[in-house]
Amino acid sequence: MLFKLILKNIFRARLRSLLTIVGLVIAVIAFGLLRTVVDAWYAGSDMASANRLVTRNSISLTFTLPTYYTERIRAVDGVTQISASNWFAGIYLEPKNFFPQFAVTIPVFFDLYPEFLLPPEQMQAMLRDRTGCIIGRALADSYGWKIGDKIPLQGTIYPGTWEFTVRGIFDARDDTTVTRQMYFHWDYLNERVKQSFPRAADRAGVFVVGIKDGQRAAELSAAIDNEFKNSIAETLTETEKAFQLGFVAQSEAIVGAIRIVSFVVIIIILAVVANTMAMTVRERISEYATLKALGFGPGFVVALIFGESLCLTLLGGLLGIALSFPVIATFKSLIGTIFPVFRLSQETLWWQLGAVIFVGVLAAILPAIRSARIRIVDGLRHVA
Amino acid sequence: MKIPFSYILRNLWTRRLTTALTAGGMALVVFVFAAVLMLDAGLRRTLVATGSADNVILLRQGVQTEIQSGVSREQAALVETNPAVARDQRGEPMVSKEIVVLIGAPKKGDTKPQNVIVRGLTVAGISLRPQVKLIEGRWYQPGASEIVVGRSVNTGFEGMELGQSTRFAGRDWRIVGVFDGGASGFDSEAWGDVEQLGQAFRRFGYSSVIARMTDRGQYERLKADIEADVRLKLDVKIEPLFYEEQSKALSTFLSILGLALSLIFSIGAIIGAAITMYAAVSNRIGEIGTLRALGFRRTSILSAFLLESMLLALLGGAVGLAFASFLQFFTVSTLNFASFSQLSFGFHLTPAIVLQSTIFSLVMGVIGGFLPSVRAARMEIVDALRAG
Repeated sequence: MLFKLILKNIFRARLRSLLTIVGLVIAVIAFGLLRTVVDAWYAGSDMASANRLVTRNSISLTFTLPTYYTERIRAVDGVTQISASNWFAGIYLEPKNFFPQFAVTIPVFFDLYPEFLLPPEQMQAMLRDRTGCIIGRALADSYGWKIGDKIPLQGTIYPGTWEFTVRGIFDARDDTTVTRQMYFHWDYLNERVKQSFPRAADRAGVFVVGIKDGQRAAELSAAIDNEFKNSIAETLTETEKAFQLGFVAQSEAIVGAIRIVSFVVIIIILAVVANTMAMTVRERISEYATLKALGFGPGFVVALIFGESLCLTLLGGLLGIALSFPVIATFKSLIGTIFPVFRLSQETLWWQLGAVIFVGVLAAILPAIRSARIRIVDGLRHVA
Repeated sequence: MKIPFSYILRNLWTRRLTTALTAGGMALVVFVFAAVLMLDAGLRRTLVATGSADNVILLRQGVQTEIQSGVSREQAALVETNPAVARDQRGEPMVSKEIVVLIGAPKKGDTKPQNVIVRGLTVAGISLRPQVKLIEGRWYQPGASEIVVGRSVNTGFEGMELGQSTRFAGRDWRIVGVFDGGASGFDSEAWGDVEQLGQAFRRFGYSSVIARMTDRGQYERLKADIEADVRLKLDVKIEPLFYEEQSKALSTFLSILGLALSLIFSIGAIIGAAITMYAAVSNRIGEIGTLRALGFRRTSILSAFLLESMLLALLGGAVGLAFASFLQFFTVSTLNFASFSQLSFGFHLTPAIVLQSTIFSLVMGVIGGFLPSVRAARMEIVDALRAG
């Protein structure tokens, strides 16, 4: 009885319900999209492993560390492997074709990152080619690069023209793995730097340090930093996650603003739905009075209003959630290079559903109170 | 004959809750729209204030930022001797040879280090930026481990108060002054003596060279001179152009994000307005019939409802703008993608933004109110009277 009435009520003002649902669909998609953008920002830190530390110059990332630190860090008890990693910042044809490139110690680096799946024969080929490079699947797909292709880069930090040959393409082990970057031999970079800027040679941007036991991360970080205290280049060691979050923190203001705005869209749609419900109830005051006169309690009328509001928002919300998938897929193909990982997370889905129910309940409160308070005689007399 | 304006106003007043909710939704949309435009305007203003059209900046060929750049002492000396470079009363070239580095410092109430620009200047460096004024303490002494900090660094970062010391590059640096960069990017920097910073950071060359030209018209000649000299592998740019390029990535990002958001949100608000106006029409079918019977034309009905919708939107727009204008009291500090350092800038409300936001809200009102108004205008007198 109650449910039948609710359904009938929804489809009475067809145009209004339709408009409200369309509004909800758009709001739910926008909310999901914004949350996905925020998630994408944190993508790098999601793939961080507890078993990896990053050691950098304590002044800031733009300062490098001498490579003879490698042996001293390796000597710290609990450290398993260590790879240098230099940010290359090369430009492929035009600055807008941005993708990260790193010069790393090969093959150690790939032992540190078991989530990069690279066929062993490709690694062998890479080890044989000094100017070879290994690229991620997502990067290979976006430029259509295959094994054996040449990638010309214009250096910015390391001036000159560089050409790398693709020797391997690695796949992601799971969804959080970022595969939009390129790696090449640190030794090759160093050789070329030695020729042109001898003073800048033998310097690592950061060290990626593998440790046996993730529980000891804090202790080992302190041990490494202690090793170089009061030396020419003091170090700052932190877990890979903290290191990545440090990047996100740099643009925290923007991420924060997007987060706030994602809630603004919910408030906007709340206003729209609340308005729909307020108008609906105003028009039906005499009906509610009739129901009451027939002996239905105020609880029934209140349930009717909440039910209608929730049905409306759930209808729009579920449709919006369903449409979020194609919209986000399209968005991803449009922006392509900016975010390495861009997908709708399960958490976002729950948030979308929660927001929809929240709007449905909140929008019905005021009209429900109003309807419950109305006296039968006034209600019957009421003209909308 | 026109329908009296007071009729329209009273209609809005009668349905206060609906009016408030619809206008509230629109206000939020206009608020977001205006806020993004204001942020972009603030960013532009900051970077325009940073550069002077009389100055040129010289960087190593091919680099985009001062951080990546390197200029040797020999190259810097060659630039100083160029005839297009202005000289002061004592005949010294008005050239500042600078070192620009990034240090990590935590923001107030935070522990994660954020990148702050530390700039080492030669004596002429301060006079090349007339917009920079000392507001507290004194300038650094050449030869001492002292720095002065910009206003945003002073208020936004931990341990950057006057009289405190901050440690980087193996030394303690005393903060002896605070300067106001005149709402420019320099507010987000710390300045010190180039020789001291050079020694501490073990830099033998410079990052960039800033030079005042004898005359703005000399730019082409200076550029040609520098390109012709094979010893100088430098790019020369006029300062405003350089700073504009520095902000391009961030500015583009902000405007694309803002416009995409406004567009999506406005659809929601338009739907809200349409729902309200459809309800307004269907509640007043009898009234519309009466108005038509009294001799008001279809066009009058159409314009009355359209005007009501626009008024609703205008109300929302005004409220949204009013709230947005309060944002001017806030500043935002975020990563400038190009220079990889924190840049703080404010929200800046310009007349153009007021106009754009008002037009934006009116457009939402017209689109949302159009179909309902057409429906009202197309009603037949007899049907309408009977329905009422």
